[in-house]
Amino acid sequence: MLKDVFETSISYMQVMDEQGNIDQQLLPSGVDDSKITEMYKWMSFARALDAKVLSLQRQGRAVTYAPLVGEEATQIGSGMAMGPNDFFVPNFRQHGVFLVRGLPLDAFFLYWKGYEEGNAIGKGVNAVPYIVPVSTQLPHAAGIAFAQKYRKTGGAVVTYVGDGGTSEGNFYEAMNFAGALKAPMVLIIENNGWAISEPRSEQTMAKTLAQKAVAAGIPSIQVDGNDVLAVYKATKDAIAKSAEGPTVIECLTYRMSMHTTADDPTKYRNDAEVDAWKPRDPILRVRGYLSKKGLWDDSREAAMAAEQLKQIDAAVEKAESFKADPRSMFQHLYSYIPDTLKEEMDAAIAANFWQ
Amino acid sequence: MMQNMVGALNSALDIILQEDKNAVLLGEDIAKDGGVFRVTDGLLAKYGEGRVIDTPLSEAGIIGTAIGMALGGLHPIPEIQFAGFMYLAFDQLINHAARYRSRTRSARSVPMVVRTPVSGGVRTLEHHSDSPELYYSHVGGLVVVEPSNPYDAKGLLIRASHMEDPVVFLEPTKLYRLFKQDVPEGQYEVPIGKASVVRPGDDLSIITWGTMVPVVKNAVEKKGANAEIIDLRTISPMDESAIIESVKKTGRAMIVHEAQLSFGAGAEIAARIAEKAIFELDAPVLRVASDSLPYPYPGYEQYYIPNEAKVMQAIDKIMAE
Repeated sequence: MLKDVFETSISYMQVMDEQGNIDQQLLPSGVDDSKITEMYKWMSFARALDAKVLSLQRQGRAVTYAPLVGEEATQIGSGMAMGPNDFFVPNFRQHGVFLVRGLPLDAFFLYWKGYEEGNAIGKGVNAVPYIVPVSTQLPHAAGIAFAQKYRKTGGAVVTYVGDGGTSEGNFYEAMNFAGALKAPMVLIIENNGWAISEPRSEQTMAKTLAQKAVAAGIPSIQVDGNDVLAVYKATKDAIAKSAEGPTVIECLTYRMSMHTTADDPTKYRNDAEVDAWKPRDPILRVRGYLSKKGLWDDSREAAMAAEQLKQIDAAVEKAESFKADPRSMFQHLYSYIPDTLKEEMDAAIAANFWQ
Repeated sequence: MMQNMVGALNSALDIILQEDKNAVLLGEDIAKDGGVFRVTDGLLAKYGEGRVIDTPLSEAGIIGTAIGMALGGLHPIPEIQFAGFMYLAFDQLINHAARYRSRTRSARSVPMVVRTPVSGGVRTLEHHSDSPELYYSHVGGLVVVEPSNPYDAKGLLIRASHMEDPVVFLEPTKLYRLFKQDVPEGQYEVPIGKASVVRPGDDLSIITWGTMVPVVKNAVEKKGANAEIIDLRTISPMDESAIIESVKKTGRAMIVHEAQLSFGAGAEIAARIAEKAIFELDAPVLRVASDSLPYPYPGYEQYYIPNEAKVMQAIDKIMAE
């Protein structure tokens, strides 16, 4: 005997197309033009922030940096969909999510200057810091989601991974754990097409990355990751049903720049591919929509940019006034300082090693 | 009451679950089956499946999720079925559990106790007998504990559950049921970071832990040696002052551990003795350990693990110097 025992399909969602036309049936409730303007401002802010760190890095005033340019809709759409009880678990590129979730900007710059103090995120921001080893943050998201359910705090945990990260074991393990524990987790695949020099096509034979959720028995959807409304809606919907368990959202976006400041994409990808994505820019799309409705113009743009730059510059100034204290390396390893460690710290101080 | 180590650990977990509503146990086969060594027996019935959780078979998932639980305000106590399988979760322990507090300058911490059976001598399959204490000690940020008797096992586990740090709690399989001891029924703590003097002596200090504690005790008794036996109990952070104090008194130091000789914790101890007490030594420091090979199949383990004869020969050698 041979019979079908399982079938599935993956949906693709776009709410606002490249020309700025909105599919009204899919427009989430509560999203009006003022909300769309707000999304536009946050995406622009994220891009300005990104440009600033890049410039600081080129001047030797920031460490190796992973730019987000091109991925603003994925980050701002999902970030704005989160509510006060929701928790955010990033990888290393989600600067836009941090921005919209209220991470103080000076903390952000402190991190990118190379200081752990930038990660001392207060309880007011429901987030953990950037995690560098790809996908290893995903099981944490499952665990935090379990803890929220256990402690009945409400809310979901929204976590992020790139397209390359879906090849990692931790990616599957986290989905499977969250599923088995029915933990309120929303896993966003920020598929920007590239894992450093490896295109998405080299990661897997799977046609979509969203379908990887099927193996864990978890609902998933693919969305236009350059459409802030589609990302917003998919994330809102997933959070709304998170009490039933996790959801995976694959956002199709594009890494317009380098992986990090340490690599040169002209070595491994064609300009033609990048050019093809330019008309799909997530910010231009919304600007086109707002302009057509007479809700945005050059003077509003200039005023917004000036205000954002003012905030950015003030934060950079604050971060650059930070004075590092090497004792902090020793004081925060454990909840106490073991004698042997204190001896090493005292020896460094006595030898004037830090001067 | 007279209890073996399994009973003492079970009693500790019972007390922890009772006193801390945010404590949860998770692992493979720990709920209905009570764990492959029965350490968690009966706890599912008492605390329910919301707190005693059978997980998918996924070591990185267990530790990674437990780290998340800790970040989310719980105090998880994950079990990894055997230490040889814990390498799948090594990344989570080294890259995250060990670093989270430092990474966030104490804004976030990972209070958790990772329990796993270690060491050999019980004729099990490959990967069921490793002694991995050194791996978890080297990184910094993890507390590595290994009891050698039921009383310490219970008190150390309760103490570990009260700490705000990630603790790797290594349970010697061979000692789970080897002997019983009088263990208080209620709550008590054994300090972490403090070695214990198992037996005082004047001529020789033997620093040891885990499965080797009873082996060393028997060897010393059979030799009638006037040796001071120090059970380290916490491998990292190490109780250096207890070691140095004893060595300065006796003038001779021997380190006995089941893990491989090369690059083992014994080398660390020997180096510290060399740095702080070398001029007070009457003989070179001597290490007794398994040979520098991965743990063999059970047919060969009797030729591999240090036994009483090996320790007795080493005592002769160091006392002849």
